[in-house]
Amino acid sequence: MTPGAGTPVTLLTGFLGAGKTALLARLLRWPPLRDTAVLINEFGEVGLDHLLIEPLQGEVALLRGGCVCCSMRGDLKAALVDLHDRRGRGLVPGFRRVVIETTGLADPGPAIATLVADPVLRHAFRVAGIVTVVDAVNGARTLDAHEEAVRQVACADRLILSKTDLATPEAAAELRARLSALNPVAPVTDLTLDDAPEAALLTDDPTGEPAARRWLCADVPAAPHGPVGAVLIESGPVDWTRFGLWLGMLLNRHGARILRLKGLVAIEGIATPVVIQGVQHLVHPPRHLAAWPEGEARTRLVLIGRDLDGALLRRSYAAFTGAAASVAADR
Amino acid sequence: MCGLCGAFGAPDHWSDGVVRSAPPQAQRRARAEAANRVLGLYGLRLAPWADRYTLSGRTGRSAVVDHLGALWPAAERLAGRPCDPLDPAVIAALEAR
Repeated sequence: MTPGAGTPVTLLTGFLGAGKTALLARLLRWPPLRDTAVLINEFGEVGLDHLLIEPLQGEVALLRGGCVCCSMRGDLKAALVDLHDRRGRGLVPGFRRVVIETTGLADPGPAIATLVADPVLRHAFRVAGIVTVVDAVNGARTLDAHEEAVRQVACADRLILSKTDLATPEAAAELRARLSALNPVAPVTDLTLDDAPEAALLTDDPTGEPAARRWLCADVPAAPHGPVGAVLIESGPVDWTRFGLWLGMLLNRHGARILRLKGLVAIEGIATPVVIQGVQHLVHPPRHLAAWPEGEARTRLVLIGRDLDGALLRRSYAAFTGAAASVAADR
Repeated sequence: MCGLCGAFGAPDHWSDGVVRSAPPQAQRRARAEAANRVLGLYGLRLAPWADRYTLSGRTGRSAVVDHLGALWPAAERLAGRPCDPLDPAVIAALEAR
């Protein structure tokens, strides 16, 4: 897959009141981001003074025989197709990216499913990343009380900690540590009213080399700290067919509790790394990078999910791929 | 069906096309061979068939599988039980080979 295929779509998630709309309003004031189309679920209290705002309506529709992660958001598809069509006919300004602001309770899975699996959308758009906003004042309580909030953090490519100026430094530090434990591969950025948000939040490519280098260095514990957490699998080069069979089988049976996967895969007979990313049952088209970010060619796969047994996952990976000798020893 | 299976008209599986070291037919044969290492544990066998695969069980039941994304749901239906890569018995059987 080439990075340029399709208009990039960023999902902006976060629990009710976390500050998603405020962040978006500030981002859209930046001239480099003016060519952004925004799809929002509802008009909140913060006004967005922007040309390309489309309200989304409707509920998540579950396809017959479908699983929850593959629920297709019919309204989202209709809105994106319409936007694409109107751009093609010159009826709206030529936007270069799309931001979808989801409702506070939304699980990002169905929106990702819509973008990755729909035969029309997958050619016109591509998932550019998931940005999740967490409120430093109420975030800990929200994570305690709502599974949806935990899923939003686990799925994220970037985490934004908002309202840090209103929280005590201790509480903010504690929450930051908790976010890193839930999702060690997503960088956490603090944001206060005085800060200018980085345009890179919307322009960064989470499958590109800079992002891969960043999460390759992430400190992932060998075992999750809590019910939801990350598991790291490392090995030397693997046979791609065997790897695909294992991952397909794993996601078919356990995709509902594997909230996110990110990996840099060293493939036998291929000199360059392949980036693999997935959300629940869905795997994005793998992408070749031009070169290894650093060091030797090693497969590094991070799975974030609920009740994951790291030792069992590593043993299964080794048995299926045959990469037993080089799988990281359980710590 | 799941999005991984290409249920919405997707022509291929995410694992297709990453390594193109052989003609498509030879790739399908290699994939089937690799899959049979695991499918044999469930009494199933995968064989290339035109640009798709057939999956068959010992009792003669069979299914057409478009690509590897559709394999495991079909295998579970034919086997009548979950195909779980985290099943310690399955892992032990592969380790013993």
